Amino acid sequence: MSTPFYVSPQQAMADRAEYARKGIARGRSLVVLQYADGIVFVGENPSRALHKFSEIYDRIGFAAAGKYNEYENLRIGGVRYADLRGYTYDRDDVTARGLANVYAQTLGTIFSSAAEKPYEVELVVAEVGETPEGDQIYRLPHDGSIVDEHGSVAVGGNAEQISSYLDQRHQDGMSLAEALKLAVQALSRDTNGTQREIPAERLEVAVLDRTRPQKRKFKRIVGRQLDRLLETDGAATEAESAEEDE
Amino acid sequence: MEANTRSTGRLPAAFLTPGSSSFMDFLSEHQPEMLPGKRQLPPTQGVIEAPHGTTIVAVSFPGGVVLAGDRRATMGNMIAQRDIEKVFPADEYSAVGIAGTAGLAVEMVKLFQLELEHFEKVEGAQLSLEGKANRLSTMIRSNLGMAMQGLAVVPLFAGYDVDRGKGRIFSYDVTGGRSEESGYAATGSGSIFARGAMKKLYRGDLTEDDATTLVIQALYDAADDDSATGGPDVARRIYPIVTVITEDGFRRLTDEESSGIARSILERRLEQPDGPRAALL
Repeated sequence: MSTPFYVSPQQAMADRAEYARKGIARGRSLVVLQYADGIVFVGENPSRALHKFSEIYDRIGFAAAGKYNEYENLRIGGVRYADLRGYTYDRDDVTARGLANVYAQTLGTIFSSAAEKPYEVELVVAEVGETPEGDQIYRLPHDGSIVDEHGSVAVGGNAEQISSYLDQRHQDGMSLAEALKLAVQALSRDTNGTQREIPAERLEVAVLDRTRPQKRKFKRIVGRQLDRLLETDGAATEAESAEEDE
Repeated sequence: MEANTRSTGRLPAAFLTPGSSSFMDFLSEHQPEMLPGKRQLPPTQGVIEAPHGTTIVAVSFPGGVVLAGDRRATMGNMIAQRDIEKVFPADEYSAVGIAGTAGLAVEMVKLFQLELEHFEKVEGAQLSLEGKANRLSTMIRSNLGMAMQGLAVVPLFAGYDVDRGKGRIFSYDVTGGRSEESGYAATGSGSIFARGAMKKLYRGDLTEDDATTLVIQALYDAADDDSATGGPDVARRIYPIVTVITEDGFRRLTDEESSGIARSILERRLEQPDGPRAALL
């Protein structure tokens, strides 16, 4: 029997991190931004049915970049966790912080367990508050660390570049149309700095809208409403899209 | 058992195992003791005394359906509660009204709402109205053990069928037997009287306003003859809960709206205690 090669823990972890990062970088990046009435999720997604964003619970949304089957698994785990917790205690006892902790523990255990391959995913868990100050956004990289974000966050392969672009331009209290346009600009910049066009039908957009009268604040923005938000500028469109919403 | 949800540890394997889109299926595998139907029952003698809800009525009209309930809960010959709510939204396009043991009924509604929401979130699509009705059937069936001990729950389910473009009503028996009703339906102890009233007043061409008036007339007649059903309580300002489900989704009438209808009915009944008369021939 041959002796196994010695690999230092540092090297083993670095290899695993490298593996996960490469997997995540293969997909397109996505961004999550705060705007005046809530939180908007924007990403490039040619599929109509396989979503990157989804509802977890009343005020909590989920976004993921990376390997579909792995983040879908985590998403369903999160829905089960939230629904069970809400059923056991109360709907108000389901929080983004709690969910993010569970995800962090799950990803962390998988990352550091030698028996499993690390997950090639990066998640965002966001909760819309009663006011912009109450909004919470958590970013969860593949290794189970957890980052509390404000304003804007990008995940995926090109995330660093997009983040710095957003950090310079994102402001508090932007309208939905402004935030959406900023997000699309950020996503359509290539690594070498050139702009490319992302057509509306390749965009997946969803919001957690605190002004929705329902308990469930998550809503997908599709079709005419999306076109109108992308086309025009200023407050007039905002009012129109709100009307259509009703 | 709840350690799994309370701790901040890793999600247990059951959470990440691919499986059904049903919350009830997930619970029955992961924490079966949390399902009402899976509870161990102690041997009991006779009927257990617990508050009961009484009359629920539903009427369909072109474009939608109305589901309404009185507000009284009784325990034996006592009024246990005067303002109980027995009609709930199940999701955007359906509602459920419950007669029977109040405590279990409310729990069942909560689980049913969650079941529909869970499916919607996991699958990214709503169940068909037929699917929702069947799911409720399964839940009642799982409660049969308790029903045999006198803790029965008998719901009435109504919703707007988006695929067919019309309102539909489903009634149930304690064994989970499900039947679709055409036009109108009622459940609970006052249902016999409510059904009689609706039989005489129902027409195929009711408007939404007609339908909401009709259900309150029927509840009035039920309260008139059934001691367990409460009529409009003007002194305490407690009026029936009336919900309307149409293409635009679920809507509960405001207290003002339902009290308005109830008051105008009361006024007419001061002159004509038995309510509107149907033609003899």
